[in-house]
Amino acid sequence: MGTVTMHVRGKRMIGKRARRAITLSMLYPLLVALSLLFLFPLFWMVSTSLKTNPEVATMPPTWLPAVPQWANYPGALNYAPLLKFARNTLLICACNVLGVTLSCSLVAYGFSRLKWPGRDALFIMVLATMMIPGQVTMIPVYIIFSKINWVNTFYPLTVPSIFGSAFFIFLLRQFFMTIPFEISEAAIIDGASELGIYSRIILPLAKPALATVALFTFLGNWNDFLGPLIYLSDPEKYTLSIGLRFFQTLTYSEFPMQMAAATMMTLPIIILFFLTQRTFIQGIAMTGLKG
Amino acid sequence: MAATAMHTAGRPRRGISVHTRRSLIKGLLFVSPWLIGLLALTLYPIGASLYYSFTSYDVFTPPIWVGLENYQTAILGDENVALALTNTFLYALVFIPLAQLAALFSALLLNVDLKGQSVFRTFFYLPSIVPAVASTIVWIWLFNPQYGIINIVLKFLGIPGPGWFVSPQWAMPAYILMSLWGIGGGMVIYLAALQDVPKELKEAAELDGAGAWRRFLNVTLPMISPVIFFNVIMGIIGAFQVFAQVFIITGSYGAAGPGNRLLFYSLYLYRQSFQSFKMGYASALAWILFVIIMVLTLIVFRSSARYVYYAGEK
Repeated sequence: MGTVTMHVRGKRMIGKRARRAITLSMLYPLLVALSLLFLFPLFWMVSTSLKTNPEVATMPPTWLPAVPQWANYPGALNYAPLLKFARNTLLICACNVLGVTLSCSLVAYGFSRLKWPGRDALFIMVLATMMIPGQVTMIPVYIIFSKINWVNTFYPLTVPSIFGSAFFIFLLRQFFMTIPFEISEAAIIDGASELGIYSRIILPLAKPALATVALFTFLGNWNDFLGPLIYLSDPEKYTLSIGLRFFQTLTYSEFPMQMAAATMMTLPIIILFFLTQRTFIQGIAMTGLKG
Repeated sequence: MAATAMHTAGRPRRGISVHTRRSLIKGLLFVSPWLIGLLALTLYPIGASLYYSFTSYDVFTPPIWVGLENYQTAILGDENVALALTNTFLYALVFIPLAQLAALFSALLLNVDLKGQSVFRTFFYLPSIVPAVASTIVWIWLFNPQYGIINIVLKFLGIPGPGWFVSPQWAMPAYILMSLWGIGGGMVIYLAALQDVPKELKEAAELDGAGAWRRFLNVTLPMISPVIFFNVIMGIIGAFQVFAQVFIITGSYGAAGPGNRLLFYSLYLYRQSFQSFKMGYASALAWILFVIIMVLTLIVFRSSARYVYYAGEK
């Protein structure tokens, strides 16, 4: 009996190892092929951005530019004031990152670390507001801002950040709940105020969650298209996302310049990704947010 | 703590005690930023939007009450609404299942214990962080009928390439292909879910003689079903939010877009509100959208009880 089981086991082990070798030999080529597929559009974007206009139309196409045309980048910057757009975008992003992280953490503190009547009922309201599609409130909010003459200013794109965002309030509240309450109690005995506990104990402990909120607020605003499209009409105030439309009117022969502009909008985000990879990936897994 | 409890207990008055009132004020102060926002930028707008949806309103002159006319027009009389709904549903119906399959398949590949996986994960994920505007411009170039690399490769293979975004039949397939490029977000969520599947369960199934496919079908799939469910709901909501990409594509090929095949619901709503300034009609469209999303979410929720497994539920 004993020898039989051992025999079977040994056989299975060998089979397993062989199977793993076969899987590996199939898996690596598959992973490499799919990686190339995913990366190709980015490669093509950069490669095209460095070609001359006639080179884009040559048959068969060249994989890499014969001579890299770095001048396409200053060319794109001349064609549309991309640097100004970038500055506008960064300004809006900075205001939102500051406003959203500050207000959401304060509100989340109120919903998690303090006990007060009606707290849980109000928190259900936070969750409920997440269900309402933005299209429903978009029009009246626009009308409010147009009545106070805020259209064509940055205010509609920045000021609402001080009211927080339901999703990030939820996220931070969940995180704050995991911090032991004994810490707060000890601080109260030591005479700390709620604001003191919030700023000196909870915020430092919640750095990873705050980083997630800051990062995704930044990305959301960097990529936002509808907001600037509705509110900004003066090209001087354009952000990158709507400013890039200037390049749409170009014909195929000017694809290099378009790709240079697209590269310039993408590069900061890719650099940011590599700098904050951990926060990035954890944030997505934690929040279910898509990019 | 004991002192405060005694304090509260010592005042059996009808009103709220000083302590509760103070904690209430403190709590409200902390959540006041959100509370003000709720009133000014959510609750009031919801009411206003509902009101506008029963009016004819162009922003410049006061709204005029028209009753149910906007809803009647939208549901019965506007063929563009029907078209936008058809397009949006078609996209959702094809894209969501494809995206789940692709994301789950990628996640399974990336979950195998291999050297260099972190590099592959980065490569698979990278496209999904490219700003929508930039990626759309890049895909318009890739899909260019004449000089785009996709048609050049197809020609090399002896297949005549279609017009993609320029062609009424191919605009939607092209857009779906383009969207599939950005499945990285869903993939990361699946990857996290796969890593949460208890190893013991898989090992137990293996001891029982279950092959890889059976293990996936009977252990992994039920364990990650809540995540699939979550991703499908997010996908439905996402389909109704598709805007920047189709705005740019249709903008590149004339205002109407190729045969209007890329007229998505959000795009039509934008055109009615911020291009035609029919704010009343657009508000009605927004409420119809809200009802559709609610109904779809409810259907998915209801049906989920049958095939979504929640650990800890007996």
